Amino acid sequence: MTTDAHTTGPFIAAIDQGTTSSRCIVFDKDGRIVAVDQKEHEQIFPKPGWVEHDAAEIWTNVQEVVAGAIEKAGITSADVKAIGITNQRETTLLWDKNTGEPVHNALVWQDTRTDALCRELGRNVGQDRFRRETGLPLASYFAGPKARWLIDNVEGLRERAEAGDILFGTMDSWVIWNLTGGVNGGVHVTDVTNASRTMLMNLHTMAWDEKILSSMKLPAAMLPEIRSSAEVYGHAKGGVLDGVPVASALGDQQAALFGQTCFSEGEAKSTYGTGTFMLMNTGDKPVNSYNGLLTTVGYQIGDQKPVYALEGSIAVTGSLVQWMRDQMGLIKSAAEIETLASSVEDNGGAYFVPAFSGLFAPYWRSDARGVITGLTRYVTKAHIARAVLEATAWQTREITDAMTKDSGVELAALKVDGGMTSNNLLMQTISDFTDAPVVRPMVAETTCLGAAYAAGLAVGFWSSTDELRANWRRAAEWTPRMDADQREREYKSWLKAVERSMGWLDENTGEE
Amino acid sequence: MAKNIQSLERAAAMLRLLAGGERRLGLSDIASSLGLAKGTAHGILRTLAHEGFVEQDPASGRYQLGAELLRLGNSYLDVHELRARALVWTDDLARSSGESVYLGVLHQRGVLIIHHVFRPDDSRQVLEVGAMQPLHSSALGKVLSAYDPVAHSEVVETDFKSFTPRTVTGLQDFESVLDLTRARGWAADVEETWEGVASVAAPIQDRRRMPVGAVGITGAVERVCTGDGQLRPELIAAVRDCARSVSRDLGASRF
Repeated sequence: MTTDAHTTGPFIAAIDQGTTSSRCIVFDKDGRIVAVDQKEHEQIFPKPGWVEHDAAEIWTNVQEVVAGAIEKAGITSADVKAIGITNQRETTLLWDKNTGEPVHNALVWQDTRTDALCRELGRNVGQDRFRRETGLPLASYFAGPKARWLIDNVEGLRERAEAGDILFGTMDSWVIWNLTGGVNGGVHVTDVTNASRTMLMNLHTMAWDEKILSSMKLPAAMLPEIRSSAEVYGHAKGGVLDGVPVASALGDQQAALFGQTCFSEGEAKSTYGTGTFMLMNTGDKPVNSYNGLLTTVGYQIGDQKPVYALEGSIAVTGSLVQWMRDQMGLIKSAAEIETLASSVEDNGGAYFVPAFSGLFAPYWRSDARGVITGLTRYVTKAHIARAVLEATAWQTREITDAMTKDSGVELAALKVDGGMTSNNLLMQTISDFTDAPVVRPMVAETTCLGAAYAAGLAVGFWSSTDELRANWRRAAEWTPRMDADQREREYKSWLKAVERSMGWLDENTGEE
Repeated sequence: MAKNIQSLERAAAMLRLLAGGERRLGLSDIASSLGLAKGTAHGILRTLAHEGFVEQDPASGRYQLGAELLRLGNSYLDVHELRARALVWTDDLARSSGESVYLGVLHQRGVLIIHHVFRPDDSRQVLEVGAMQPLHSSALGKVLSAYDPVAHSEVVETDFKSFTPRTVTGLQDFESVLDLTRARGWAADVEETWEGVASVAAPIQDRRRMPVGAVGITGAVERVCTGDGQLRPELIAAVRDCARSVSRDLGASRF
């Protein structure tokens, strides 16, 4: 996209340092996209289950996409009021503060090398050892244990870290430190949302938890300062945006929550991509989950109180459609799933539970595997296509149910974004199964928009969250059309299907 | 029963032969498999190659199925694919025009709405995906009738129902509207389908410049037109930009 006559400055630049690519989007005051630039980086797989990124390559790409977007927009640093950052969450890096060089590739959130370490850290308590303080179960995604793995496995690193020569950070910290000068006075900070994914921050005090640090044997000297999500951390030094304030950081899912303007308690967004992430704003208190959700920080604006969120994720959604295309060959493109599914009125009695790597929220059963049930000779590939879309919708329902149970707040409407929102049948089915309106906003790039909004608030480009809300535009809305009896009957069938997916792996064989 | 055309039957047999088993065959294999003289087989293969249905490997001289066959089999563009490709551009069109956006394709004797973006204000609106619009009076319908010969053959069979006093109902007049549409690259509907409502639409074309759909905006005639009843030029430009962007997106990744 390029500039058009309707857009005039000033602007906000948002950097999205994502899992597969880095992007920069320039937004105008109405929240409209003025220019985009994007560059993919290499996915490094040293062993099965290990995933790494070259942080130096990422920083080079970030500089390029920023320059690219500014050029496409036809503007200069004088037109840009602030830079906002959003990033892939939990991906962990340690670097030398004197040379600016990473000591190892970044360990990506999907990397499972810390599985055994996490079990060990659970000791006799198990997965939930740090849940009260951090809101998270001990799982390989989170940053703290990844940092510990690096300390244990890179020669001489512990000594250098204890001497204060090593800096730890998630990708927000890495980008901000480099943007603000790197070895020449770069600021070493992270925001509350990214810090809440390390398993090292206490959710109640918003500070590093010393007990957890000592349990994980991590030197406190390497940790960044925890700041709010929207404030000026420093100014860009060098590059095309020299002198522009760096004024926000938010983990990608939290940025989408912000971009969707879910500023009130009970408002929720769901991002439908390869997997699906749903976050619900729970206001100024962290809500403990007894239904398999994560408790996390939603955002914090300047010196205001932090806002918390409940998070539920579905491992397999868009990737199930890809599987139908690539492994089963039932469709030629992902969009065709809707054509095939629309050729029948219902699922013909078939249910598909895509527990390809176990069941996530709210079940957390690693012994489950995928099943298709309810098959008769009547069932065609079109019914299976329908069951595929329904699987995403029922799993959304399960997470909204869990959120309602934990928070006591009924879902008023679900704001959606991500690639699968172009699937009309899916959006209607989600509305039918959750019995709530499903709303798609006009700007699909809610993640970058969230980072831009937070940065703009920090520098006074936008005055308040109310002004941001006024910017929000509804592009489409789906309302429930299913009668309650049918919904409950089909939900029961889905739950029976889920039941049948469990216990497939024998306990002693454990994970594959 | 009339006698079938022998050379077409032989050509069909050759295509079946090349489609199964060994994919590349030499002239003598093909001729002997089908019991034909080499010269006869060669003549048919040369014609098929000229049409792109078979290709001859320059190194070995063997024949295989050609790209044109693949293209014929895949030429139907899935409407949901079209929606997915158009999503970003139509959102942007709604934002920049301030009006609602519709994407339509030919379906039976009308325009099927396959995508709808709300007008970007806070008013309550209902998603109109799945609704039909008339071919002869709506802007989307005129674009399809002007660019898609199939749509044209359908529209001339309709009864040209009059919806408002401004609906064009004569075939002769309608044909000149289509001429104008082709000359300008866009079509308008100013209160021809609904009183008080005006639309402007432009064609979406794939890589081979086949019309696959039409995209347009619809809004109150007071907003979409100037005081003297002309469509606002910046809205026409925005619609045409959107149509071009979607077309480019379809062309870029087709084959």
